[in-house]
Amino acid sequence: MERRRFVKKLVTLLAPGGVLGSIVLGRRARAEQPPAAEHYYGMGIQIDKCIGCGRCVEACKDENDVPREPFFFRTWVERYEIRRDGEVNVTNIDPALDQQMEWEGDKRTIRSFFVPKLCNQCDNPPCVQVCPVGATFMTKEGVILVDDQRCIGCRYCIQACPYGARYMHPVTETADKCTFCYHRINKGLLPACVEVCPSQARIFGDTRRKASPLTRFKRMNKLHVLKPFLNTEPKVLYADLDGEVR
Amino acid sequence: MSSEHIERLFDLLKLVEGYIYPNDLEVHWSILVVVYPYLTGLVAGAFILASLVKVFNVKELQGVYRLSLLTALAFLLVAPLPLLLHLGHPERSFEIFLNPNFASAMAMFGFVYAWYLMVVLLLEIWFTYRKDLVHAARTETGPMKWIHSAISLFSHDVSDRAIEFDRKMVKAITIIGIPSAFLLHGYVGFIFGSIKANPWWSSVLMPIVFLFSAIVSGIALVIILYMIITPLRGEKIDMKALDTMASYLFYAVIIDFSLEMLDFVHRLYESEESIQILSEMVANKLFISLVVLQVLLGMVIPLATMVLIRLMRFNDELRRLLYFISVILIQLGIFATRWNVVIGGQMFSKSFRGLTTYKMDVMGWEGLLMTLGLLMLPLLLLAVLLKLFPAWEVPPNRVAGEAT
Repeated sequence: MERRRFVKKLVTLLAPGGVLGSIVLGRRARAEQPPAAEHYYGMGIQIDKCIGCGRCVEACKDENDVPREPFFFRTWVERYEIRRDGEVNVTNIDPALDQQMEWEGDKRTIRSFFVPKLCNQCDNPPCVQVCPVGATFMTKEGVILVDDQRCIGCRYCIQACPYGARYMHPVTETADKCTFCYHRINKGLLPACVEVCPSQARIFGDTRRKASPLTRFKRMNKLHVLKPFLNTEPKVLYADLDGEVR
Repeated sequence: MSSEHIERLFDLLKLVEGYIYPNDLEVHWSILVVVYPYLTGLVAGAFILASLVKVFNVKELQGVYRLSLLTALAFLLVAPLPLLLHLGHPERSFEIFLNPNFASAMAMFGFVYAWYLMVVLLLEIWFTYRKDLVHAARTETGPMKWIHSAISLFSHDVSDRAIEFDRKMVKAITIIGIPSAFLLHGYVGFIFGSIKANPWWSSVLMPIVFLFSAIVSGIALVIILYMIITPLRGEKIDMKALDTMASYLFYAVIIDFSLEMLDFVHRLYESEESIQILSEMVANKLFISLVVLQVLLGMVIPLATMVLIRLMRFNDELRRLLYFISVILIQLGIFATRWNVVIGGQMFSKSFRGLTTYKMDVMGWEGLLMTLGLLMLPLLLLAVLLKLFPAWEVPPNRVAGEAT
């Protein structure tokens, strides 16, 4: 008798929980289904091909009216220099700072390389989750955008991005970030950074196409994403990524 | 943002240590975002002190019940201001109410705040004061008569049944109020604690640490106000009330201190990827505000003082002095705690390879003067509230009658 009462109570307690849970999970399941769009975009970056010329950074700033100052970037290039003793030196290669001359590679350097960085266009984006007014959102093509007419400038998304890919635009006073050059890709063009890369270190394309440069890149390389333990599911994939890169 | 702002960022660039992601230079959440959790913490703490009287029948605190409630209200009214001033587009802030993203912790702000203000604080104060307001409106003349009868919503029923109803309502609201106060401040902790990108913030303990530091700061504030206002009114400080408040404060500080130490030891022991940069930050950037202000002055010394007071039989005079010094130090320590959480969480880059610096402005929307103004404003409001809703003039015997 006691047991029956216990089970009854348990059911009455669990039922509302279950309903709530299914609502939450249902919402999530729906969000996880691939959106019915013609394209779903991603980018591949072949680290060994990057020569650190910084043209992608310049092209991005030109194309998207990103302020020139060296603390506003939609994309940037890091130079890693790893010493024999394990010391790691990282520099932001900024064409505006004209700092390539400072390079002092010597015998102590055991390996060095460049890492282009940009918004990872996560499939599980923390920035979209935290935006209080839904000004940051994912398009059906999988691109994360900011509606600068709706953004209230609270900067929560900047705090939530693990990759430092967002900045506060000094003119609009709203959050700003890489859009994969949404205005270009919608016309069938490549993002500016991909277009100008002289060594084809950046490969842009539709993640669902069976035959495309991006698909080939994914077939031919061992791939990695940045900070995978955060479960953000980036759509920017790196080949030849060193373990020191964060 | 002006060219001045850009210049300041260029100056900051020179102070960067190690490698930071280039967009991580600016400390985005400034001193105003330090003030916000500080103020809401005071609200939650003061309210919980008040609830001790109504829910747990702590009779010694009856004399500070109304003061605590009014303090909570005064600080709650100011709490959203620093957030509003901090927004890039304050004119769009209403979007949080009209167009909330339910996945966002921050979007819940409007609802939690409105619930706490409307359902908890205003109602509890109204029912607590209704009888006095009716009484005041009857006996007074001039504008005060009108103000008081307007605030009492022109009610005039002071029959025993009505008073009994008021009393029941106050108790019911307080019972809803305690979890609401927990929600109000725990939720602020969640805003920080749920950011997985930031190892300094991302901790399940964050809401709980926020909560207990809130209780500590709230009780300490009411003690300060009580110790300042009472002599100003030419009254004697009730040592029983003071000892009781100090004793609750003592236990709250112990819990708060233990939680913070647990967090600290846990981080060190787990020694994750971020530990090196966080240690560097604590040693170089937060040493004064964390080790000296928050831990030593804000916790260890007041705790030691209160232990001493409990062990020794000091006379009233000395006890008052020691209590006063302790609560001032605690208040300073809790402000430093908020600073260390909010500013500390932005001093290291998410590259975990470098540190940036925060330089507070003096003038301007997010400067020191604005901050001081925002910290003084609740005290001004409290002065006005105390004029409208006297917390004292009720004779003690009548109060004692109400307490049951």
